[in-house]
Formats: sequence, structure tokens, C-alpha cells
Amino acid sequence: MLSRESSATLISAVTAFIYKEARLQDEHQYEAWEALWTDDGVYWVPANGDDIDPEKEMSIIYDNRSRISLRIKQLLTGKRHTQTPQSRLRRLVSNIELLDGQPGGDISVASNSMVFESSLRDDTIWAARNEYRLRYVDGELRMAYKKVNLVNNEKALFTLSFLI
Amino acid sequence: MNVVPRASQWGELIRADRVHGSLYTDPAIFEAELQNIWYRTWVYVGHESEVPNANDYVVKSIGPQSVIMTRDEQGKINLLLNRCSHRGNQVCSYDKGNARSFTCPFHSWTFANDGRLVGYAFPDGYEGQDRSKLALGRVTRVQSYRGFVFGSFAAEGPTLEEHLGGAAETIDRLVRFSPEGEVEVTAGFLKHRVKANWKFILENECDGYHPAFVHSSIFGVADSAIGKLYGGASTAVTRDYGNGHTEIDLRPEFRKRDAPMSWFGTTEERLPDYTARMKAAYGNEQAREIMIDGTPHVMIFPNLFIAEIQMFVIQPLAVDDSVQHVTALQFKGAPDMNRRLRQQTMGSVGPAGLLLADDSEMYERCHRGVLARSPEWIFLGRGEQRERQDELGFKIGHVTDEIPSRGIWRHYRSLMEAV
Ligand code: FES
Ligand SMILES: [Fe+2]
Repeated sequence: MLSRESSATLISAVTAFIYKEARLQDEHQYEAWEALWTDDGVYWVPANGDDIDPEKEMSIIYDNRSRISLRIKQLLTGKRHTQTPQSRLRRLVSNIELLDGQPGGDISVASNSMVFESSLRDDTIWAARNEYRLRYVDGELRMAYKKVNLVNNEKALFTLSFLI
Repeated sequence: MNVVPRASQWGELIRADRVHGSLYTDPAIFEAELQNIWYRTWVYVGHESEVPNANDYVVKSIGPQSVIMTRDEQGKINLLLNRCSHRGNQVCSYDKGNARSFTCPFHSWTFANDGRLVGYAFPDGYEGQDRSKLALGRVTRVQSYRGFVFGSFAAEGPTLEEHLGGAAETIDRLVRFSPEGEVEVTAGFLKHRVKANWKFILENECDGYHPAFVHSSIFGVADSAIGKLYGGASTAVTRDYGNGHTEIDLRPEFRKRDAPMSWFGTTEERLPDYTARMKAAYGNEQAREIMIDGTPHVMIFPNLFIAEIQMFVIQPLAVDDSVQHVTALQFKGAPDMNRRLRQQTMGSVGPAGLLLADDSEMYERCHRGVLARSPEWIFLGRGEQRERQDELGFKIGHVTDEIPSRGIWRHYRSLMEAV
């Protein structure tokens, strides 16, 4: 159990991290966003429910660290057509909550988010529950795991090519 | 035009080397396509492996219609329409499951999973009625080819094998990648929606002209050898099998490489278990040939696209609204191979796919583009002057030539004119 003060300090550090991540995503700061990941990062956006086995069933995104890097490299080419021009984005993040600690000592935290995307196709609203595992690396918080449970992940979705 | 062309008028919209833009955007033409294509010809619905056990069901579609594919107690596959025969309520609201019967939530009519009406609430109100006339609607004809289940609403017409014609061989070629000769569809589907007409998707599947441009962002950073397959110097070919089925045949390139599993960007050594099982199943020589040739890249008209490592099912919802359902192909008896197929597929396709998000962007931009009134026509004449025939008499051309689009439209015209 954390003391009340250390819990308050932790939640404010975690909240600051999550807000920063949201801003980097909204503003397409791809390299800065990639730098938030640990070397063993896993970025997961399941399809057809939140509890599927990603090793057996299809997910919208199930990136290990090297595929996160590939995704970013592709965006950086400027020829990722679905992001050329880039979507205009703003997201609201709330309900940030520390969850029970992870065995490895990672910080487990969840949030809700709603993203407004304006793209060539149309304006689209995305909503999700986000689950993170964060870790201090050299004194800085980093993401080791981010799972994005889209509210409508059982339905047919439009292209989702910005960083969710 | 918003008025459906008469049979004699389709030729004004569809020429050998060009088609009219309104074919993609006119709601009246979309309605005519539902009647003349989707509710008449053979349409791919699902795979037998999705309902492996008695009483399994999975909800599929034919165009905008919801279709329940069931395996009944006798093991027979049924394609039932998801519409209560009482007042039309949907009888099934789950994507899949195991059920002997479906009870409509509205007035509790109950249907067996072969479609029979087996009971209704307060039956004294129906005295004298013949229950057998109140069964669920069904897709009139159901036929499977190597586990792929197709349905046709036409009571008469070509058999499934006649419809598949020369393209049936591509499915034969596909299932050989399983040491047990069977494809399995068990990895779940991603559903990717696009604000575009379904034919932009259909025609793009065997368009070998676009990859060098649409996918250059990923080919460049992934250090991929795929780009060269679609380059000017490629010996790969496009093929028109007739009946609207089209292929990009990459085997000439893979045979030049002469390296098993090179088509999949890997080697036999990295898949020792799979390689051993394939050799045990087919013998060293044939296994080697299969593993050099690679899986097919074939578009079975109108909606089943087998794309080497994954399969797509195209679903039209409205003239400008379509869904691509996509899953990794899985080969029975090939666990190490299947894992790689899932990982590759997840990275490539679906709403966030490193490849398909860009294709889908093109579909949507094309749809908005053709709303402009001039030049009216879509020009599909690439490579018309250098078409040739393969040894079986099918039209082939350079991998970047528009033989597939021309073949699709020729068949489309014949279907639209036939009514
Ligand atoms: S509508 Fe199904 S029982 Fe009445
Ligand atoms: Fe493509």
C-alpha cells in the first residue's frame, strides 16, 4: 500500500504522463511519442471485445516494440496516404485511476478517452478505455503496455491510422 | 441517372476499355446490383470451419442482409435469413454461438437451426395453420467448395463449380498449404468500413499497378521485396478466369527465386515443423514446389478475395458504404505457420493496417472523385494491346495491366443485361 502522499504524487505524475501522451498523439509528434515506450513495449487495440486472446485472434493493432517502430517509420515517410494530410485531432482524457500493482512492479493505470477526428472522409468520434502499464526508466515514466479498448470494437470501423 | 438502365443500355455505360463513373455512385444502379448480382449469383458466405460442431452458428451476410450460417444436428450447413417469419424481427442477435434453436424475442416463435418453425406462443390462436409454411427464409441454394460455403438466391442457374470455373483451381492450390489439405477460418474477423462503392474494392484486389505507389511508404521502411513483384520488370501476370474471377499470379517471380517460403519472406529453416509436415504429406519434391509457388492472390467474384496470407469478404451496405471483413488464413496442421500468418495479417490489414488503410483511403478518394462530372469515364485500357493467352486459354498480361478490371466489367455487364 502506498501512503496517501506517495499515492497523490504518483497519480499526479501518471496523470501528467497520460496528458502528455495525449498531446503528442493529437499533434502527430511521432518520434516523441515513440520515445515514451520501453524497449519491451506492447501496443494493443483488440477487436471483437476487450478480452480476446491476441495470440489467437485478430486485433486491430497488436504491435510489439519493433512493429511500433515500423508504424512510426511509415508515418514519418510522409507517404502514408491515409495520414497525408494528417487527421486533425483533439482528445479528452479522464477517469484516470491507479489499479492494482503489477507483479513486475509496473504501475497499472487506466483512463477513459474520447477522440474527435476530422479527416478527408468526415468527422469521426472514437471512445475508449485505456489500460497502461508504466515504469520508471532512468527517472522518467515510460509505457511498457498500452491497451485501447474501443467502445465499438465489435463493429465495422473506419480507418484508424492516427495514433490512438 | 437514378433510373435503372434497361438491358440494352448497359453497353452505353460499360465499354471494353472504359466504364461510366455513375456505375459507382448511382443509388438506382446499386439497387439493380443487389437484385442482379448479390441476390442471384453465387456469393461467398462463410467457411465450414467456422461452425465445426453440430448446432454451431455464425452470423454472416449477403449484401446488407443478415444470414445465419448454422450446422444442424445432422451436420448439414444451412444459410437462414435473420428475419422472423412472423413480423420480421431479427431472430439472432449474437455473432456466433451454439444453439439448437432460435427464439424470436418479440412473440417467442421458436425456430430449429435448420429453419423449421417448431413452436409459437399461445398456439390456439393459430389453429389450422400449416407450420411448415412459416419456416425462416433461406438462401435458396447452398454449396461448398473445399470448405468455402457459397449461397445463391437463384433457384436455377450455374452450379457453384460452373460459376468458379477455372478459378476453382486457385482454391485447390490454396488448400495444399495445409499438410492436411484444409483451410481453417478460426482467427476472427476485422471489419473495416469504407465510405466507398464496393466495386472500387473489388477492382483493386487484383490491380497490380497501384502497389508501387500506394504502398511505397511501407515497402520502403519494411525493407520489403514485395515492391519488385509489382515493378515494370516483373514477370508476374494478371489473369482473367472469366465469370468475373481474376488473379495476380506471382509464381513466375517466386519460381525464379527458387527458394521455398521466399514468397512469405522466410525460409524452411525458420519453419522446421511446418516444413517437416509438408514433406511428410506431399513428399519432398511436391512440398518443395508448393512452398516455392506460394499461395494464390485471387478475387472470386463478387466478394471473396484470397490474398496470399489472408482472406477478405467484401460486403456492400449502400452505394457509398462497404465493409471489408478480413482474417488470417489458417492451415490445418500448421501451428507454427499459422502464428506467423496471424501476425503478418494483423500488421497489414484492417482499420489500422500498414497496407489496407492506404488502399481504403484510395477507395474513398476515388468515390469522391468520380462524383465530378467530367471526364465521365474511368479508363481501364492499360495493357489492352499486349493481352495474351496462357496455355489454358485464359487472358493474361503484365502484372500492372488492367486485365482484371476489364474481366470484372465484362462479367458484370452480362449479369446486368441478363434480367
Ligand atoms: S416477430 Fe418474431 S415472434 Fe413475432
Ligand atoms: Fe493495395
